[in-house]
Amino acid sequence: MDNEQTTDNEQATNYAIKLDIFEGPLDLLLYLIKKNEIDIYNIPIALVTEQYLEYLKMIKALNLDLAGEYLVMASTLIHIKSRMLLPPPEEPEEEEEDPRAELVRQLLEHKTFKEIATNLGSRPLLERDVFTRAAVLPDEVAESAGDEDVLIEVSVFELIEAFHRIVSQTDKKELMEIDLEKLSLTDIINEIMEKLTVTKNLNFEELLGGRKDRRRIIYTFLALLELIKLRMVKAYQTSNFGVIRIFPAVES
Amino acid sequence: MENVKAVIEALIFASDTPLMPEKISVILSEVEKTEIKEVLDNLVQEYDTRQGGIYLQEVAGGFQFRTRPELSQWVKKLKSTKPHSISPAAMETLAIVAYKQPIVKSEIESIRGVDVGAPLKGLLEKKLIRIVGRKDVPGKPIIYGTTKKFLEVFNLKDLLDLPNLRELKELNQQQDLLEQEIEEKEKIEEDIDL
Repeated sequence: MDNEQTTDNEQATNYAIKLDIFEGPLDLLLYLIKKNEIDIYNIPIALVTEQYLEYLKMIKALNLDLAGEYLVMASTLIHIKSRMLLPPPEEPEEEEEDPRAELVRQLLEHKTFKEIATNLGSRPLLERDVFTRAAVLPDEVAESAGDEDVLIEVSVFELIEAFHRIVSQTDKKELMEIDLEKLSLTDIINEIMEKLTVTKNLNFEELLGGRKDRRRIIYTFLALLELIKLRMVKAYQTSNFGVIRIFPAVES
Repeated sequence: MENVKAVIEALIFASDTPLMPEKISVILSEVEKTEIKEVLDNLVQEYDTRQGGIYLQEVAGGFQFRTRPELSQWVKKLKSTKPHSISPAAMETLAIVAYKQPIVKSEIESIRGVDVGAPLKGLLEKKLIRIVGRKDVPGKPIIYGTTKKFLEVFNLKDLLDLPNLRELKELNQQQDLLEQEIEEKEKIEEDIDL
C-alpha cells in the first residue's frame, strides 16, 4: 500500500501539467484588476506589475507553457512603470498622454469582447438549444458522416507528388513545344472556381481539362496552392496514394 | 385569396432553410408584399401566444420554425448530433469578427492579446466565418467576416440584430471622446443629449 502511494506521488510531481488558466496576458491583467478591486482607469502600475510578475513565476514553477505574449506584456508593464517614475517635463509642449492610456484602452476593449462573447454564447444556439425540422444542417451531414471516414485531407506534399506524377506522365515531345497562349494565375483561379461550382468535386486531371502542356500544369498547380491557402477549396483523397479530389470549401 | 396565411405557414414548414419573404412573394405573386409581411408578423405572434413546442423565428433574413429553447433537454435526446462546441477562445474570436468585421487577423490579436490562428481555423471549418478578401496593405492580410450560417446558428435576424452593438458603439465613442478630451466641449454636450 505504502509503496503504491509513493509511486503515485512521484508520478504526480513528474507529470507536466498543461492548462490554459488564462486566455493570454490581457486576461491575467483583468483578473488581477478584479481581484484587487482596482479602478481600471487608475491602475496602480507598481502593484499590478509586481503581482503580474509573481504569477509568471508561479506559471513557470508549475511547468506550464509560458507563451511569449506574457513576457511582452511584462516588459510593457515595466516600461510603463519606469515612464511613470520620470518627472513630468517642465514645459510640456504637448499634452502628455498618461503612459497607461494605451493599456487601459486595450483592457477595456478586451473586457467588452469577453462580455460580448459570453452574451453570444448564452443565446439560444441552433443544435444546442433550438432545433429545426431539418435534422442536421446539410453541409454538416457531408462533413461529419461521410468525409471523416472516407476522405482524408491531403497535405501540400501529396499535392506536389501528384503534380510530379502528372508532369512525368506528359509526353516529352509535347513539353518541347513553345506555347504562345498567355496564361494568368487569376484566370486559372477563376476557371477552377467556375468548374467547381458546376461539378462539386474534381481531380487534378479534370481541372487541367485535357490541356497538358507544362505551363498549363504549373499554372493550375500554383492556382490550386493559392486557393488552398485562401481556404477557397479543400483537397481530399479516399486513401493514401489515392486520387486527390478538390472540393469547394464554402458553397456560394 | 383568403388562405394566404395557411399557404405561407405551409411554405415555411416545407422549406429546409429559413424562408425569405422575397421567395414567398415570388410564389404568391398576386399577394402584396406588405400583406405577406403582415401575415408573417401575425404567424410569429400566433405561435408566440400558443406557447407550444415550436415557435416561428426570423433568422438570417428568413423565417423558420424552431423548437423552444426551454425544451432542449428533451429534443436533444432525440437528436444524435453532437452539439456545437465552441471554446471560449473561439467564442471571443467569433465575437470580435462579428462586431468588427471586416477585420484582419492582427486586429483580432491586438484585442485578444494572444495568437488567434487556431480559433480562426476552427471557426472557418465550422463555417461560422469566411474569408471576405484581402486587405490592400503590405503582406495582403486575409480579411474575415461572418457567414449566413453564423446568423442561423446564433438565432439572429441580421448583423444589426447582434446584441449590444449600440452599447459597443457608444463605448467606442466615449473612448474617442476621452482621447480628444476637452477639445470640443460642445460635442460632449451633444452626446449627452443623445
